[in-house]
Amino acid sequence: MEPTREMPGANKPLSVRERRLRTLRRSETISGFLFVSPMLIGVTVMVLIPIIATLLLGFADWNFVQGWDGIKWVGLDNFRTLWQDEMFRKSLLNNIVFLLTVPVYMLISMVLAILIDRYVYFKGYFKVAYFVPYISMTVAVAVVWQVLFQPSYGPINELLKSIGIANPPQWIADPNYALISIMMISVWISIGFNMIVYIAGLQSIPKDLYEAADIDGANGWTKFRRITFPLLSPTSFFLLVTGIISTFKVFDIIAVMTQGGPIGSTSMLVWYLYDTAFVNLKVGYASSIAGVLFVLVMLITLGQWAAQKKWVNY
Amino acid sequence: MPTSREFRWSRTVVTLFMFAGSILFLLPFVWMLVTSFKMETDVFTYPIQWIPKKWNAVANYKEVWFGGYPFYLYYWNSIKISVLTTLTSCTVSALAAYGFSKIKFAASSWLFMIVLVTYMIPGQAILIPQFILYRNIGLFDSHFGMIILGSFSVLGTFMLRQFFMGIHQDYIESAKMDGAGHGRIFRSIALPLVKPAVATYAILRFIWTWNDYQNPLIFLRTDKLFTLPLAMQKFTSLSGEFYSLIMAAAVSAILPLLIVFIIGQKNVIAGIAMGGVKG
Repeated sequence: MEPTREMPGANKPLSVRERRLRTLRRSETISGFLFVSPMLIGVTVMVLIPIIATLLLGFADWNFVQGWDGIKWVGLDNFRTLWQDEMFRKSLLNNIVFLLTVPVYMLISMVLAILIDRYVYFKGYFKVAYFVPYISMTVAVAVVWQVLFQPSYGPINELLKSIGIANPPQWIADPNYALISIMMISVWISIGFNMIVYIAGLQSIPKDLYEAADIDGANGWTKFRRITFPLLSPTSFFLLVTGIISTFKVFDIIAVMTQGGPIGSTSMLVWYLYDTAFVNLKVGYASSIAGVLFVLVMLITLGQWAAQKKWVNY
Repeated sequence: MPTSREFRWSRTVVTLFMFAGSILFLLPFVWMLVTSFKMETDVFTYPIQWIPKKWNAVANYKEVWFGGYPFYLYYWNSIKISVLTTLTSCTVSALAAYGFSKIKFAASSWLFMIVLVTYMIPGQAILIPQFILYRNIGLFDSHFGMIILGSFSVLGTFMLRQFFMGIHQDYIESAKMDGAGHGRIFRSIALPLVKPAVATYAILRFIWTWNDYQNPLIFLRTDKLFTLPLAMQKFTSLSGEFYSLIMAAAVSAILPLLIVFIIGQKNVIAGIAMGGVKG
């Protein structure tokens, strides 16, 4: 019950209007909670509590088989081990190398988007065609590429041999080429998404800017450098950030094609996390990897807010 | 300035080049499709037979769908999980989006902050506690658990909230004057107005759930509960050297969704363009 306001000297009851306003506000609050509660309960149970648990378990030595009593709190030990863990370092390094895919597919996508938006007939066809790899089941696509890359009789190497390359690379079977093979496939998959977002960005650039540039006699390159590129910068920035974050989540292709091999050459953070937790059952140690992943993604996201104000040309 | 005829010429040339590029881009899919029609012995003949000399399509697909590792079952599982996940996710997201945009209540803004924060958490960072949770409350290795797992996507709430905010407050107020509660307003006024946005989100959610590999891999164990991506991988490792069969399985896994996409492409592309981040 709400306390009634006591005024000195007068004990006036609330006016009818005021009382009605108050019940109205209370019923708004109740319906507000009712509407948002499924989502709130869901994210609390499925996301918020788990992330806290992840961060806590990162300080424990535990595996699934031991049961709750088996938890040993070991302070920073996991993180110290992690720092010296060859495999973890290699995975992290592979993640960093993988970042290279982002500018590559952004550039290809931007060129494709400009061509499709301005210079071709049948736009609809091209949008769909370049989007197909993105929409296709990654597992099935990975299986197809696995066969295409088959070192001794796969179509890609047959083709290379027929044009005179005697010793084509072994692709995903060769530690020196495996990561780059996966990166090429990742570029191929990501182009569709980036291209569609770039086309949307292009369509939001006012047409009269180009007309004004035409009157001033600007050529295509100048128009690109002075109008298109700068006005696409919010789009590019968005794609850069989502692209970087998505490289930290790469899993499906690796799980299907290489399982992190050969000799760890394609292991990446999430793969190593999966392998440690669900194959080797080292839950505490895996949680410390998850903690690192979480912090990295968080830093990028927060960095995005800071950088957005500075660099993006609106 | 180029004359319009020159312009038309260059446009045709660019179109032709882009067309050639798109064929090259899609060549892996063409190879997959063609190989699924071939006899096993013809799979790796070189030069590649882009039109099979001997057709074996019926036998290949029959083996995949009704053989020792029946795809129809995994299809059914995938359809069931994807449809139900899409339904619950859309419902939960639409309710929350309406609550956060059209009802003014005290804690609204900081509750929304909580939802916003969870959006930044990478799904893989919480897999282990989710796994432990599922093992303890009996949701592990069940379709129901899979559906719950995909039902609380914050992305849907964000997308739909944008659209609900676009509905003028006067609509809501005048409905309230007429004595309608929020439940009524939501059902008969607000939701119909944002139907296209819900459809867009629904298609995206369906595609993502259909293609999802990681969650089924971790949260499903029993073979007959498997979804297509898991079945695809298992089929690949079991069929070993039978590449024509593997390709028939890949076509079966990719093609239906591709058709859904081509039918709903306007919605999908609009959704992606709106800043639909995968998640």
